[in-house]
Amino acid sequence: MVRLSGLQKEVLKLYRQSLRNSFKKPVENQGNFRSYIKVEFGKNRNLAKKEFSTIEYLLRNGYKKLEMLSADEIKNIK
Amino acid sequence: MNFLRSSSLRSTSSILRRGLATTTEKPVLEKTFKIYRWNPDQPNEKPKLQEYKVDLNNCGPMVLDALIKIKNEQDATLTFRRSCREGICGSCAMNIGGRNTLACLCRIDTNTSKETKIYPLPHMFVVKDLVPDLTHFYKQYKSIQPYLQRDSVPEDGKENLQSIADRKKLDGLYECILCACCSTSCPSYWWNQQEYLGPAVLMQAYRWLVDSRDQAGKARGEMLENAMSVYRCHTILNCTKTCPKGLNPGKAIAEIKKQLAFQ
Repeated sequence: MVRLSGLQKEVLKLYRQSLRNSFKKPVENQGNFRSYIKVEFGKNRNLAKKEFSTIEYLLRNGYKKLEMLSADEIKNIK
Repeated sequence: MNFLRSSSLRSTSSILRRGLATTTEKPVLEKTFKIYRWNPDQPNEKPKLQEYKVDLNNCGPMVLDALIKIKNEQDATLTFRRSCREGICGSCAMNIGGRNTLACLCRIDTNTSKETKIYPLPHMFVVKDLVPDLTHFYKQYKSIQPYLQRDSVPEDGKENLQSIADRKKLDGLYECILCACCSTSCPSYWWNQQEYLGPAVLMQAYRWLVDSRDQAGKARGEMLENAMSVYRCHTILNCTKTCPKGLNPGKAIAEIKKQLAFQ
């Protein structure tokens, strides 16, 4: 088992929080949310492990988006 | 008569001179600006300083004029906030030549042998180029409840009256435009941004504490009574030194401390 760095744990935390959030949405749209999350994380899949400031920026941005998407008014995503 | 003739002579000669002045071209006075660039669309690219050259004889006197000129003529991707261009909106706060000021109130240094470096406000997250993320700053401002709080209605049912002396206490406080120049120049705020409120917000807190019309003074005082909110101010006074409006947040914080001590 690989030991994860603090930053990697942070990223996984955001990923899990985002997935958990998708379960609070209407059942028929949950798939849309999950595929969106997958695509967004996949965009930076190839980022080097040592790009700390970039990863930190993306994390900040991710939390901002999560906060926006976790509002109850948002029912679907395309 | 003699006087009249001489004055008419002078006026024709001055017109002539003015007419000539507009036809002669001014020499090119080239000034170098180094501006912080960072694009969030390419987050793995490191931030860099980009160089721009501006002819000062063909440009307004303020740094904001130069920035607008660069954006219009050289690089449309340069991003910065601006609105009123006269120091009343606080949008164009940035770090110019190592000092936090409003670009619209900061004259361009006409010494062309030196370059002027322009950065976004220090120790704030950058949205793009010279645009800092002020979300947290505004959240802190909201947390001090910057509005009039009263239990009773005014006697005449219209206005909350105030004596001239009481109104005078607000001078030097109400002029703050929340440009965040002072807060971002404070080392204490750099290290404890999450808990310490920072000079700009504290000055507004004091503005509501001393307002004779406000009746929530006690609650406001209690809100500030902890180790972090106010007491992280170590009277470094960078805030007072940098304030582009010439206000004195350092004094306001000292007054808060005094008020809390005597409560």
